[in-house]
Amino acid sequence: MADPIGIEIRGLYKIFGADPAAVLPLAREGMSKTELNERFRAVLGLRDINLTMAPGRIQVIMGLSGSGKSTLIRHINRLIEPTAGEVLVGGEDVVKMSPEALRQFRRRQTAMVFQKFALLPNRTVMENAVYGLEVQGVPPAERVERALAWVERVGLKGYETRYPNQLSGGMQQRVGLARALTNDAPILLMDEAFSALDPLIRVDMQSVLLDLQKDIRKTVVFITHDLDEALRLGDNIAILRDGEIIQAGTSQDIVLRPADAYIENFVREVNRGRVIRADAAMEPVPAADLPADAIAGDASLEEAGRLMARRAVDRLVVTDPSGRPAGVLRMARVLAAMTDRGESQEA
Amino acid sequence: MDWLTRFPQMDDARLRDLKKAIDDGFRAFTRAYGDTIEGLFEPLRIFLIQAERFMTQTPWIVVFLLITGICWLASRSWRITAGSAVTLLLIGYFGMWDDTMKTIAMIFVCTVISIALGIPLGVAMARWGRVRAAVNPVLDVMQTMPSFVYLIPVVMLLGIGRVPGLLAVVIYAMPPIIRLTDLGIRLVDRDMLEAADAFGSSSWQKLRKVQLPLALPTIMAGINQTIMMALAMVVIASMIGVQGLGQPVLRAISNQYFTLGMFNGFAIVGIAIIFDRVSQAFGRRLQKHSEVVHG
Ligand SMILES: Nc1ncnc2c1ncn2[C@@H]1O[C@H](COP(=O)(O)OP(=O)(O)O)[C@@H](O)[C@H]1O
Ligand SMILES: [Mg+2]
Repeated sequence: MADPIGIEIRGLYKIFGADPAAVLPLAREGMSKTELNERFRAVLGLRDINLTMAPGRIQVIMGLSGSGKSTLIRHINRLIEPTAGEVLVGGEDVVKMSPEALRQFRRRQTAMVFQKFALLPNRTVMENAVYGLEVQGVPPAERVERALAWVERVGLKGYETRYPNQLSGGMQQRVGLARALTNDAPILLMDEAFSALDPLIRVDMQSVLLDLQKDIRKTVVFITHDLDEALRLGDNIAILRDGEIIQAGTSQDIVLRPADAYIENFVREVNRGRVIRADAAMEPVPAADLPADAIAGDASLEEAGRLMARRAVDRLVVTDPSGRPAGVLRMARVLAAMTDRGESQEA
Repeated sequence: MDWLTRFPQMDDARLRDLKKAIDDGFRAFTRAYGDTIEGLFEPLRIFLIQAERFMTQTPWIVVFLLITGICWLASRSWRITAGSAVTLLLIGYFGMWDDTMKTIAMIFVCTVISIALGIPLGVAMARWGRVRAAVNPVLDVMQTMPSFVYLIPVVMLLGIGRVPGLLAVVIYAMPPIIRLTDLGIRLVDRDMLEAADAFGSSSWQKLRKVQLPLALPTIMAGINQTIMMALAMVVIASMIGVQGLGQPVLRAISNQYFTLGMFNGFAIVGIAIIFDRVSQAFGRRLQKHSEVVHG
């Protein structure tokens, strides 16, 4: 498998309308989306996006409907042409690629999963899964052999000869996932891939993705409008509003330090106990008197609380990935962090 | 105030000169290039004659089994296959076997030509707006111009015979397949095209693997229409020398042979129904995958 590669977006602007170039300077100067629309009939899709996506991690892009999420993810494989800016993938600017280079880039470096699945209805599960390899010109026998592993891995064993119409939504999106994984590309683009699914199935698919990601270590760009999904999947999360990134950071950053009232509003409804990590609420290791029980830094507060209750203690050592003490977590801090409503960060 | 009561038309002498000039021009063109153009259509003539020869000179039982076999393979329906077999046997029993075979050969050739020309043209229309803008009015003319009118130049150029007849039929019957190919391709879901792009398909791969397969049901409807329209032209085509079921009908008209006309008319209806049912059943079978919809 190819090594993971990072994505860096710099100064990206997208303006829809008759003459984007003419409106661009105004957008740069900060004219509002509404004003641009009313005065120039131009729709501001994205404004000055700067975002670095780490190789081999899941980058979530979150925002309400119409905030520009689909527009942004489509710039990474240039399904949409930017008005200005750079999209560097592994150091190379996608925006400058020739049509042939772009086609090769899409065949080898990226694979995409779509909200409405976009499976070919006249093809079976297997025939859909091999589409990418077919386009690359891989011989038929090898295509099937390579696809088979992924079809089985996403739980479609025994369904290879079914048609998409014979499958439920969840199963259809597994086909979409298998088709993307079969491509063996280091970058996986998922545009609201699970948004069309029922809640239980959605959680199921999130588990499938997280489980896969442990092995495949791809650079995943995952779009969602659902904060719970974002927090569950994202190593990093960027929040988009009206075409602008208003906060980018880890789930801890977003939940503990929302950048503004808009994000605070989102964050208010999340289950903080499950999101906040033990190491985000810990205090420095004291010189003496270390507690006997320990918990990993990436465990949730909920888990920490459960352990405290089971052991009947009110303090835990928090360990770093190598197992050394990184801090101490007190029950009072756990409760404060879990019940905090964002008005105050202090416990 | 003459122009109020009488339409101010071009004066008679000039109108006559105009018509004459056009006629002379076309006649000169015919004299100069008629043979060349006829030579161009020679492969078509050979194709048609070979098809006719095959249908009429092969023992009838072989042809019968062949047609019935094709009906079965295409429709996979006993009812349609049995219905087709009975129709063919009745046609033969009433003495119209040879004429029917010639008509089927002509329809077959006409359909092949229409597909070979019509699908690429439809694809070009779907892809380039300019081609669509140019071709659409031509199709309108082809479909509304009374066929007798365009028989005139065709006959002047190529004389009486199989090829001019075949051309007349193709001109009349080809528009549906062009239009429906264009429509079918333009109706393909945008999401599908985006997915094809995202996986790095070239435009040719997109056409072959996504657009044409998804447009196929619509294209099949076009082929069905084309066959039906070709059958409707059988009698007119026979006026300029196409062999088959049309000729006895013509004879029946001029001699008032009521029964002869009826029998041949029903034979045309019979094969029209066979073509229609079989091609529709085939189209439905191609769409099998969309029938079992998950609840
Ligand atoms: N092709 C287009 N032409 C004009 N406006 C567009 C086009 N595509 C998207 N937009 C506009 O850009 C904004 C962002 O759209 P989109 O990226 O689809 O949002 P999201 O995926 O977050 O729901 C919306 O205001 C939308 O109306
Ligand atoms: Mg969207």
